[in-house]
Amino acid sequence: MENQNLNLLDRALGLDGPSEPWPLSGRVVLIEDCVETSGSFVLHQLVKRSLSPTSSNVIIFVAFANPFSHYDRILRKLGCNLVTQRDNKRFIFFDMLMLRCPDEGKSSEGGLVLLYEKILKTICGLPGDKKDYVTIMIDDISLVEVAANGGSDYVLDFLHYCHALTSEFDCSLITLNHEDIYSSMERPTLILQMEYLADILIKAEPLSTGLATDVHGQLTVLNKGTSHRLGRSGNKIHNFHYKVKENTVEYFYPGSRV
Amino acid sequence: MRGSLFESPAWCRVQCQRHCSQTPHKKEVPCVFGRPPQLPITKIIRLSAALLACHRRRSTPTAALSLPPRKTKLCSVDAAMATTKPRLSSFSRNLSAVSSSQTPGVKCGPNGTMFVSSGIADLDRYFEILGGGFPLGSLVMVMEDAEAPHHMLLLRNFMSQGLVHGQPLLYASPSKDPRGFLGTLPSPASLKHDKSRDRESEQEKGLRIAWQYKKYMGENQPNFDSHRVTHHYSGADNKQDYCNEFDFRKPLERHYFTRQRVNCVGIQHSKNLAALQEHCASFLAQHQRNDGSSALAGRIAIQSLCAPQCEHSNMDWEMLSFIKSLKGMVRSSNAVVVITFPPSLLSLSSTKRWQHMADTLLSVAAIPDEDKELAKLLSGYQDMVGLLNVQKVARLNTQVPLILEATTFSIKLQKRRFLVLECLNQAPVDGSSGSSYGTSGVFLQLSLTQKCYIEQLRMVSKEMDR
Repeated sequence: MENQNLNLLDRALGLDGPSEPWPLSGRVVLIEDCVETSGSFVLHQLVKRSLSPTSSNVIIFVAFANPFSHYDRILRKLGCNLVTQRDNKRFIFFDMLMLRCPDEGKSSEGGLVLLYEKILKTICGLPGDKKDYVTIMIDDISLVEVAANGGSDYVLDFLHYCHALTSEFDCSLITLNHEDIYSSMERPTLILQMEYLADILIKAEPLSTGLATDVHGQLTVLNKGTSHRLGRSGNKIHNFHYKVKENTVEYFYPGSRV
Repeated sequence: MRGSLFESPAWCRVQCQRHCSQTPHKKEVPCVFGRPPQLPITKIIRLSAALLACHRRRSTPTAALSLPPRKTKLCSVDAAMATTKPRLSSFSRNLSAVSSSQTPGVKCGPNGTMFVSSGIADLDRYFEILGGGFPLGSLVMVMEDAEAPHHMLLLRNFMSQGLVHGQPLLYASPSKDPRGFLGTLPSPASLKHDKSRDRESEQEKGLRIAWQYKKYMGENQPNFDSHRVTHHYSGADNKQDYCNEFDFRKPLERHYFTRQRVNCVGIQHSKNLAALQEHCASFLAQHQRNDGSSALAGRIAIQSLCAPQCEHSNMDWEMLSFIKSLKGMVRSSNAVVVITFPPSLLSLSSTKRWQHMADTLLSVAAIPDEDKELAKLLSGYQDMVGLLNVQKVARLNTQVPLILEATTFSIKLQKRRFLVLECLNQAPVDGSSGSSYGTSGVFLQLSLTQKCYIEQLRMVSKEMDR
């Protein structure tokens, strides 16, 4: 990790320290975005960092939004070959684009229960050394709700079970959700509970002056402290601007361009 | 001199001489270039220089040039806002303007995506930086305005374009007789010389740039109209054009919508969306994308999906589920889906969910008839029927967002026949004010692209004066 070029996001997430143990182990990360600014580039960045040669992470990627080819093309430009990683069993892709939980009665949760069992089975099926370094990524939660026909209780149950995995297996859970969907609701239970559960909250939103070609938006990273590091405590909020390019993402403090 | 393809400065000179010798009495000789998109800007400058030189020799005082600015290069100049050469990333696209012979109406674009025309030349030109049209495998959503049916204009152009290219169409509508709608589809404007005559008269009073350009700078009111030449090559069959210009006064010939090509589905009376989903699934199964092969592209047009007369209109999650599965199916197929919906009939949260699911998001708005304030702000207000806003642009296979300078267009029906979109340019936003997503603002008369290109012409004429 020390050899790589670390950007502001890596530092905010605590990825600038030693790579063993993986700083995000056992932590829940929530990425929030909106229609104007998509937060998927953060997800791509985390995939790239997780699959770096110095770490031995395994990613279980549960995709509801885009097919494998989409992520493959993007990550290839970022310098990470997902096809090779998939063959090496470091990147496991679950294509959930067509998942639709059955309509009637209590089997509505059936689809999500099966999904959880599949994830659990995959983790248990990993060789011993890799079992400790699993990252579960879900893209994105609003589509999980649609797949569950609006049963946000079932989605919450599913998330709670996945959260239990973070303590059981020390894996990290990274999810993406669209915050502007819930901002107009009276009781946005789902997003509030997710924000409560999350150890790290990354929010991508446009600048107050709107969209621009030089600055695509701003990121706010809330890191709720960690028990791994001695001497570091409390919450830390980072705020910086970003510009997304094909090969990389530039992060810089407001007013300065690195 | 009116022509469409100018290959070389020498040829241009010959043509100019020929024309000028035929009309020696004319003081002003308007010359029109129609430039195919693949000519680089340097060649245009050389051609313009040749033309100016020719006219100088003949002592005719004015040469009028109408050159459509090549949106790609000039747009990147805009974005850089500087005189430095824009750095193209290593993944810059190689656009082939002519579609492959096996698949009419389909163009290749960057990141391994293919594109079909939206049916509106101005919109395609706006998306030129992407690849010129809607990417195959994407979902386009148009947010309707309950006060005006402008989304129907977009839908009609989209459907007609597909039929003209022989692309199968699935059309779903909440009306009682969906098939009847096909009778209102516009036909491609066929007579070339009608259009070129229109263009001529526009040029005569419109854009006139000469080496004494300063005289004309104040009068110029250029707009995209005078540059509507790119997609028509002389002598080419209408069918082979990537994007046709559609004439709303002329209905599409009936032989285009045979039963094999067009399937119409009514969604008003069905209990839920299962039937429509079946239709879409079977349609998309015929257009599966296999790596390497280029099957015929297909188009799905769904009008007013959450219209109140439909029984499913209050089943929020049912509709969301339908859109999600449709999106999943279309991603792996060679088709484009356009869905229009009135957001005022959905809850705010549902509307946001629909917006997130769209790959490309457009919205149309009506313009009130007699609004004095708007008349002051917008030029050509009397001809406008509505506004089109581009809120989100499809980013398949890439993470880079597309932020273009202008996102709002005015919708005009030229001569009540041709749909025309014109950019409304916005002034830089004041940092202290809030969101800038609205359509109001100060509008510049001359866009930055025009200025750049006029600047280059000025340099050319300076060269020649020496």
